Amino acid sequence: MTDVLAVTDHRRGELRDVSYELITAGRSLADETGGDLHLAVISGTVDDFADKLNREGVDAIHTVPYGEEFNHDVYTQAITQLYDELAPQYVLTPNSVNGLDYAPAVANALDLPVVTDTIGLETDGETLIATREMYGSKVETTNELENNAVVTIRSAEWPAAEGTGDATIDAFDADIDEAAIGSTVSGFEEVGGGDVDISEAELLVSIGRGIEEEENLDLIRDLADALGATLSSSRPIVDNGWLPKNRQVGQSGKVVTPDVYIAIGISGAVQHVAGMKGSDTIVAINTDPNAPIMDIADYAIHDDLFDVVPALIDEFQ
Amino acid sequence: MKILVTVKEVATVEDEFEIDGTEIADQYLGADLNEWDDYAIEEAVQLQEAGIADEVVTVTIGPEDCEQTIRQALAKGADRAVRVWDDSLEGVDLLDVNAKTEILSAVVEEEEPDLVLSGVQAGDDSFAATGVSVAENVGFQWGAVVNHLEHDFSGDTVSVRRELEGGVEELNEIELPAVLTIQTGINEPRYASLRGIRQAQRKELDVQNLADLGVDESAIDADLELTDMYEPESESDVTVWEGGPDDTAAELGELLRDKGVAQ
Repeated sequence: MTDVLAVTDHRRGELRDVSYELITAGRSLADETGGDLHLAVISGTVDDFADKLNREGVDAIHTVPYGEEFNHDVYTQAITQLYDELAPQYVLTPNSVNGLDYAPAVANALDLPVVTDTIGLETDGETLIATREMYGSKVETTNELENNAVVTIRSAEWPAAEGTGDATIDAFDADIDEAAIGSTVSGFEEVGGGDVDISEAELLVSIGRGIEEEENLDLIRDLADALGATLSSSRPIVDNGWLPKNRQVGQSGKVVTPDVYIAIGISGAVQHVAGMKGSDTIVAINTDPNAPIMDIADYAIHDDLFDVVPALIDEFQ
Repeated sequence: MKILVTVKEVATVEDEFEIDGTEIADQYLGADLNEWDDYAIEEAVQLQEAGIADEVVTVTIGPEDCEQTIRQALAKGADRAVRVWDDSLEGVDLLDVNAKTEILSAVVEEEEPDLVLSGVQAGDDSFAATGVSVAENVGFQWGAVVNHLEHDFSGDTVSVRRELEGGVEELNEIELPAVLTIQTGINEPRYASLRGIRQAQRKELDVQNLADLGVDESAIDADLELTDMYEPESESDVTVWEGGPDDTAAELGELLRDKGVAQ
């Protein structure tokens, strides 16, 4: 029997979407051999979270009412104790920033292998076949392992579970060793307010690594001016300090939903796509016809941005 | 304070490539310093310049070929380097997190650093798990995805920011000794100066094998077996505009006017 323990994610009083996706991923793994799906809900308003998570396919929800917000020591201790109690085959967690802050520690503490950022999972009850990407999404790989494991799942790869469930909900009496807690969260801060809210824009001209040099940004600014568009970017441009954080589209930046998103010299890393895939129409300008951005673009120009952008500026001047 | 920085030479892949079994064929591969580790090196060197760190040591798991890449870290200011390699690592398709944890933990225990800085992930295998796994293994504290580190250390804790999703940062106090996994953008990595490159040639680069570190060969038996590698199937139904720049720009211009988002 393939029992699965899935650890849900929440922040500042809200469950995160990936929590419902974990139910789908965990249910499908457990279904392969008729196992049970257990959820762990740790810290925060656990009873309220448990009610919301009680969706179709969940067998049991274990709440650990300890602390308000995420703390990796509390999570690591609670999950290892739940693992000892429930003896699941797989521990499933989000491949979120917080998931990556405890899943490897849980795996090491339990002497289990860890497989991160999976986008597909299958099991026959003995062997786990995990699909994941390498080399910045250029290749997909399948990976097999025979043992129990800790597995993190990429967000938005599984649909969110729906329906109402009839799971048992119980408080798990975790024995949290406070002396072992070595980090303290002192607060949260929203970053990158700034001059412009790119999430409000109807037309975004967004630039990525393809711009090569900071001075070339002037060309993109000219385009944004000519089109009356708002300028945004992928992560490397902000990392380089060429644009402020409030212009960054992606998982760690802003989620945008413009009418038209023009992705210029952006390869389309999964973290970027997470922030802009809800755009109504996506246009990609990129010399590489195999760039991942092409998978979600509606229109594409496979050409050098330094040739196309000036021509487009001419169109509108 | 002593800082240990984990450094990896990663494989880079050309836009067009072919797969040979469970690897990308050699002729399509390049090699580079892992982008995330470059930021970790810079952070350590800045701590040294701020008078916080007395010594910055790098550690790498890799064959002799990668020494050129390791020397980049020395050229940027690291004091010395440790490279771990062993005949038993030759031909391993994918060194999994547990194997890396065992090897790096042995180096941490030998070096006894106060702080370990590690890139959030490696650009090739993208596990993003080794730093936290090592921390748990050696009994250090840790913080994953750190995008700001205060340089005025007081006492036995460090103040960091962790970059969460959606433009939110978490402020966190972490006890030392600790492993921090460093996110890109935390600083601006320097280029190695010519003087630095010359000096790097004279810096110590210590090579150790598993026996030197007291790591049993069985520790690198991967639980995870890479069984297939392939190009992802494109789900694209993209309309590609053909022609020269004037033609394609005209097509895009028409689309923008049709949508009413540009005049």
